[in-house]
Amino acid sequence: MNMTIAWITARGLFGRKRFLLLLPMPIILIGVTAVGLAFDAPAADLAETVLLGLGVATVLPLVSLIVGTGVLGSEIDDGTVVHILAKPIPRGRIIMAKLAVAASVSAVATAVPMFAAGAMIGGTRLGAGFALACVAGALAYSALFLALSVLTRRPVLLGLLYVVIWEGLISNLVAGTRTVSVQHYVIRFAAELSGSEWFRTTVSTAVAAVMTAVVTVAGTWLAARRLRSFSVAGETS
Amino acid sequence: MTDLELSGVSRWYGNVVAVNDVTMTLGPGVTGLLGPNGAGKTTLLHMMAGFLAPSRGAVTIDGSPTWRNPAIYRKLGLVNEREAVYGFLSGKEFVRASAKLHGLPDADAATRRAIALVEMTDAQDRRMDTYSKGMRQRMRVAAALVHDPAVLLLDEPFNGMDPRQRMHMMELLHSLGAQGRTVLFSSHILEEVEQVSGTVQVIVAGRLAASGDYRTIRRLMTHRPHVFAIRSSDDRRLAVALMASPSVAGVTLGKDGLTVHAGDYGTFTRALPRIALDEGVRVRQLIPSDESLESVFSYLVSA
Repeated sequence: MNMTIAWITARGLFGRKRFLLLLPMPIILIGVTAVGLAFDAPAADLAETVLLGLGVATVLPLVSLIVGTGVLGSEIDDGTVVHILAKPIPRGRIIMAKLAVAASVSAVATAVPMFAAGAMIGGTRLGAGFALACVAGALAYSALFLALSVLTRRPVLLGLLYVVIWEGLISNLVAGTRTVSVQHYVIRFAAELSGSEWFRTTVSTAVAAVMTAVVTVAGTWLAARRLRSFSVAGETS
Repeated sequence: MTDLELSGVSRWYGNVVAVNDVTMTLGPGVTGLLGPNGAGKTTLLHMMAGFLAPSRGAVTIDGSPTWRNPAIYRKLGLVNEREAVYGFLSGKEFVRASAKLHGLPDADAATRRAIALVEMTDAQDRRMDTYSKGMRQRMRVAAALVHDPAVLLLDEPFNGMDPRQRMHMMELLHSLGAQGRTVLFSSHILEEVEQVSGTVQVIVAGRLAASGDYRTIRRLMTHRPHVFAIRSSDDRRLAVALMASPSVAGVTLGKDGLTVHAGDYGTFTRALPRIALDEGVRVRQLIPSDESLESVFSYLVSA
């Protein structure tokens, strides 16, 4: 991994206003958990509503989308990516550095509040299970959204469509589509690692593990391949 | 000695041809890339810099293709047309990051040298989003020069610079060319090109309209009469004598001297001393008045 690119990427990410959008989400997650516990909501209901509905289905994909499309997409939009591309660095190494930053930031921003919320609801094993599942999910989502930011001009829109329409709607109605839903891989990992009976998905642990690896590797490979043929359009002259 | 070579290069977007069958070789020295807006200069520069694939033909640096070949950037420095920089970095951090991305053994020394070259040492610790347009441009040039490239491509490098900065950049390009680097810059301001470089590549409607020293290009335009401004000890007498010469197409007598339209550059310049001598007229001034780059350019564009 190229540390200079990772350093520039992290500085750029933390310096953008878009990054501030990440702050309220973990706070909301922990706040809603605290409110639910204060009103004696049943742990199973709270786990489903907060950990799955809010954490896995909303906070994790949204944080990953904001960060994953921001690490390279913003540089492509404003043209600064040329400074990195006009260097003798294999494109795969550029993508790996971007992915490392995106996945790390998304993982920390989601795993920490998920651990806190899970521990508050059902103990540290539940919290740790969700935190580790979010780390795996952050990696797969980041690779997916990073690839979208190089392959398309509308990565945020397409990412939102994937999260809201595909994962939020279709994969909950049609069981067969869950094998291509990162959300269901995360649910399977969380269920497995926490040992909890509260969470169910039709995706097996083996499929979830293989598909997480496939999404991560395919996203990284596609992004690197596209970046090798990155063109700058002639604008005015 | 590093050559940038384009052979039969074309680029089209759908049915629109942006660059049409351009062949040129750029060697050491400074070359100006000229052309009206929309002529294809930037498209050509992007292909040279490896940021656009030619639809046909090849762009190579010392035989290696520039497209899909990141290793080429060891020899190539680029200052492109978009002025975007990492505003959250200081100028020094920006140039140093470039040095490190090039894998230079002593990134700090290379950074100091490059920043000194563009005279930005005093402002190097400020964030780049506090820089003026000209300062950002100079830091971008420093970042492009930090690895001491043999080929330097600059798209409109004088944009946003004040006259002093512009003069300094011109001197810098001159010295880089004199050191044996291949420097190509585009500009829409003819005076800039005229001051920096005698050698031009003129692009009109996607085609290479002319190539070489612009004064030589002008002399090769035999279908256009050459215009000379002459002052002498007796303008009227000289005008009469010149009209008798077959090399002269027309003479205008004004209060500031004669304006002579000559059909052929060589024949006229050889005939004038003889005619003046025969008439006993002393020629005080002889200036080819349409050999400026502006005249050459307007002739090429309107051709």
